[in-house]
Amino acid sequence: MTSPGQPLVEFRGVEKRYSADARAAVTRLDLTVERGEFLTLLGPSGSGKTTTLMMLAGFEAPSAGDILLEGKSLADRPPYKRNMGVVFQNYALFPHMSVAENLAFPLGVRKIKGAAAKEKVDAALALVRLDGLGDRRPDALSGGQRQRVALARALIFEPDLVLMDEPLGALDRQLREHLQAEIKRIQRALSLTIVYVTHDQGEALTLSDRIAVFADGSIQQIGSPEQIYDYPSNAFVAGFVGENNMLSATVVTRQDRQCTIRLPGGQILHAVATGDIAAGDDVVAAIRPEHVQTGDNQPSRCNTLDARIGELVYHGDHSRIRAELDGGGSLVIRTPSRDGIAVSDRLPIGWCSDRCFAFPVPDITGVSTGNRI
Amino acid sequence: MPGSHARSAAPRRWWAFALVAPLLLFLLASFVLPVLLMLSRAVTDRELHTVWPESAAALRQWDGRGLPPDALAHEVARDMITARQAGTLNRVANRLNYDMVGSRSLLYGTADMLLSGVPGDSVAALARIDPRWGQPGIWAAMRHADGPFTSHYLLAALDRRLDNDDRVISVAPEQAVFANIYLRTFKISALVALFCVILGYPIAYLLASLPDRKANPLLILVLLPFWTSALVRTAAWAVLLQTNGVVNHALQNIGLIDAPVQLIYNRLGVYIAMTHVLLPFLILPLYGVMKGISPVAMRAASSLGATPLRAFLKVYLPQTLPGVAAGAIIVFTLALGYYVTPALVGGGADQMISASIAFYTNQSLNWGMAAALSLLLLVPLLLMLFAGRTLARTVPA
Amino acid sequence: MKVALRICGALAMLAAAACNSSSELRPLTVVGWGGSSQDAHRQAYWNGFTKSTGIALREDSWRGGVGVIRTKVVGGDASWDIVQVETEDLILGCEEGLFQRLDWAALGGRKAFLPSAVHDCGVGAMLWSYVIGYDGDRIKGPGPQSWADFWDVKRFPGKRGMRKTPKYSLEFALMADGVPADQVYPTLRTPAGVDRAFRKLDQIKPHVIWWSSISQVPDLLGSREVVMSVTSPGRLIVANRTEGRNFKLDWHGNIYAVDYWVILANSPRRAEAAQLLRYMTRPENQMRLASYIPTGLTNVEANRLADPALKKDTPSDPANMTDALELDANFWVEYGDQLTQRFNAWVAR
Repeated sequence: MTSPGQPLVEFRGVEKRYSADARAAVTRLDLTVERGEFLTLLGPSGSGKTTTLMMLAGFEAPSAGDILLEGKSLADRPPYKRNMGVVFQNYALFPHMSVAENLAFPLGVRKIKGAAAKEKVDAALALVRLDGLGDRRPDALSGGQRQRVALARALIFEPDLVLMDEPLGALDRQLREHLQAEIKRIQRALSLTIVYVTHDQGEALTLSDRIAVFADGSIQQIGSPEQIYDYPSNAFVAGFVGENNMLSATVVTRQDRQCTIRLPGGQILHAVATGDIAAGDDVVAAIRPEHVQTGDNQPSRCNTLDARIGELVYHGDHSRIRAELDGGGSLVIRTPSRDGIAVSDRLPIGWCSDRCFAFPVPDITGVSTGNRI
Repeated sequence: MPGSHARSAAPRRWWAFALVAPLLLFLLASFVLPVLLMLSRAVTDRELHTVWPESAAALRQWDGRGLPPDALAHEVARDMITARQAGTLNRVANRLNYDMVGSRSLLYGTADMLLSGVPGDSVAALARIDPRWGQPGIWAAMRHADGPFTSHYLLAALDRRLDNDDRVISVAPEQAVFANIYLRTFKISALVALFCVILGYPIAYLLASLPDRKANPLLILVLLPFWTSALVRTAAWAVLLQTNGVVNHALQNIGLIDAPVQLIYNRLGVYIAMTHVLLPFLILPLYGVMKGISPVAMRAASSLGATPLRAFLKVYLPQTLPGVAAGAIIVFTLALGYYVTPALVGGGADQMISASIAFYTNQSLNWGMAAALSLLLLVPLLLMLFAGRTLARTVPA
Repeated sequence: MKVALRICGALAMLAAAACNSSSELRPLTVVGWGGSSQDAHRQAYWNGFTKSTGIALREDSWRGGVGVIRTKVVGGDASWDIVQVETEDLILGCEEGLFQRLDWAALGGRKAFLPSAVHDCGVGAMLWSYVIGYDGDRIKGPGPQSWADFWDVKRFPGKRGMRKTPKYSLEFALMADGVPADQVYPTLRTPAGVDRAFRKLDQIKPHVIWWSSISQVPDLLGSREVVMSVTSPGRLIVANRTEGRNFKLDWHGNIYAVDYWVILANSPRRAEAAQLLRYMTRPENQMRLASYIPTGLTNVEANRLADPALKKDTPSDPANMTDALELDANFWVEYGDQLTQRFNAWVAR
């Protein structure tokens, strides 16, 4: 049935409105999920990423458009016939069942019983490294253990697709990082196709083969983590994924992908032109803190500026500097050393023009423009 | 070092105890003690013991066969006169009347004769005043009541009694009533609890699945029966259910029945009225439990392949069982104590045990009987509650 | 230690003061049966009593049962002073010493009252009765005129309303079986008489709807659930007046009884209680009661003075007394437990 090259899942012009006159939660969504890939839907809350996942799982119905699984519409297929493993934010374990009973639940539905079921349960427990905890009740497990059980339960019936809705959101940072590695290990080991929802851009960058960045109900950019991080397609993505200094500026000249811009203090910078901008337009210029170099002896600097050190914070392996520009505005710099730098010193800074992007001023809500240290 | 740990924990336990002690003492004094005192009347027999101490002692000496020695009769006659003059004869007369109906007038009549100078120094002399003194019955009744403990009330509550030779026998068939009333009381209460579960479960489910904004007004509707008096509620049911009532007319109009059916003043009416008034006691705890169940669990079940029915039966229903058990136990327990509603909407065969308890407590002042009936209601109830608790523990919340 | 003692002492004094003051402050409390009867007493007596003496009255109501009074008296000041009780309550409570002995001279002497209204512990408050009631719109022509007619389901087809107690039911059954009123209790005192009464009840049992609150009777008759019922006259007369009903009464073989006023043994306000008792039994006051509720008066002079039109529907009217039966409360005190038990077993079969 499956033709080669056909995506596993395809969203075609999907739209979701919770009532006729409400703002669309998701609009004009076209998205494919390839077999074996780890696709992350990344975005702030209310951006439509969870709605998209719930439509895929079958808990919400699209208001328009269609979702296809292996080329067939899912429109009339209820959740329990979609064969997708779902991992929920709060685990959604069945509190009245033991861990083993939780794991056996999807097997029982599929008429797998007795020794065959037990074998699968034990294997699933081993997969998530919970051997021997099958008799525990969920309330006797730690948060991390519960999440492992939820993961094992979503995998045990060998679903076509695994959907995860902020699965690590309730865990502390250390545990989260640990489980990220686990999820990635299991995904590789079983060649799983995973659609993963998170608002944590770090998590998205770590785990994903591809990331779809959501804002205001639609995808802003889709691509590999490197593409998303290094070549953001608009100011929202630049601001949301990783850290960026956002400077207000005006376009002086534009030539294809190159442009020159002027800061409010009069400084002229070179930048990569993105989107529909022309001379005279107001733009936002984005430069990541780690791409700003300091001192006089840096090579390959295309843009140089004079700044004054307004604030200095020591982070051990690096330091962060808030540099105040002449004529207003400031930016954050991440630098490996702080030798010979002190607050109120004047400091020459600069960066290569291919690291600086000029975007049209965004009309998307939730874009941070302040540069926090 | 478990020893030192225990030593340090002990004072803390005492502190905790000291903090709740006032409330505990209050409960003990205002609730537990009076209940125990009342229940103790089921097995104690104080009337002859305190009013006729000499006769009671002499009765205990007597072997109890046939008629007593004249000395005992003389003692009884003397005590009768003293008690009549002191105004305490009623206590003995009523007590003996419980065992042998007619004793009351026998004692008063005899005492008045004795007071007027008629001799009563022997069994024969007393029998001349009233022939019943020449029969074993009244003497056996006195011996049964000589205290300080008695089996009379508990036996009577089980439709049994002691005969003149102290053997336990069944009461006359036309007097045997309590075993039936107990069975009926437990049956009605259990069925009312069942009906409440059947009717209340969907309502609680609806309330729990609605947003608070819509659920709260509905909750007030659920609580309405609390705020109407039993008489008003009953009158309303009568209007609906009587032979020429709304329900009968409706059923006839849609052709379900040809002639009116009896819907009230029988067991059906009792079930309808009691289920109605007790329904909130099931809905509220169940609603609380359902509110605490994460709706995501149902989605999870669905994503794992369970049909809605299977998800409900395997995932939702088991989680609501503690609420069902709690609500059903509350309804059952409350139903056991009902008697006004069954009396008003029931027929002849629908009287519940509390009506008998109320009768003996208020009308006839036979508190020993009331206590015995209460005890026989309380003991099975406590056993069932204990069983319910054990059951509830196997289903974790 | 001394300080602790002093604190204890102070607390004890406070507690004593609190107890004292509560009984000082508590107004004289009179307890009736609620409903229209209590309304009538308020209008006929209590308002006027407070106006003329300045003694404030607090009202309470109850549903009878001497056990309630026993609990209250044994438990200390029960907050009740004067209570309206039924005859059996009067007998049992008086024997137990729950009520005060009355000063009959102060009430105008025993002769001033109907004989059945006079008791060591209580004075008659009103005379009431159970009669046959039926809907005149449903039974046109001659209605039932005896308990035999009440039993005659061929002549008067339809259900009967009866009170779900052996009291009254057994007496009515014997009268229906031809026992004259004055022989009812002597017959019931024999086992054979009781059997006879139950056998007679067997005949009508399939046609009976048992009520347990008198307030059900007008509804049962009005909704045609029953064609006739044992009833107290007052309820039906009130329904005729207020709802335009055409309920009719038959007084043949009615059972009447007296309700009494008693003063609780531990009443802290016995002087004022006695004063209220005198007020409620004086003829000029008592005759007012008849204009508020159709009830029999206990004071001989009040009966003479009362409006004959008002007396027609009361048990103390001579025409209604001819073959009436006075409830024998002594019988029911002695046989009540046994017969109630038997009745409950019988009615459930």
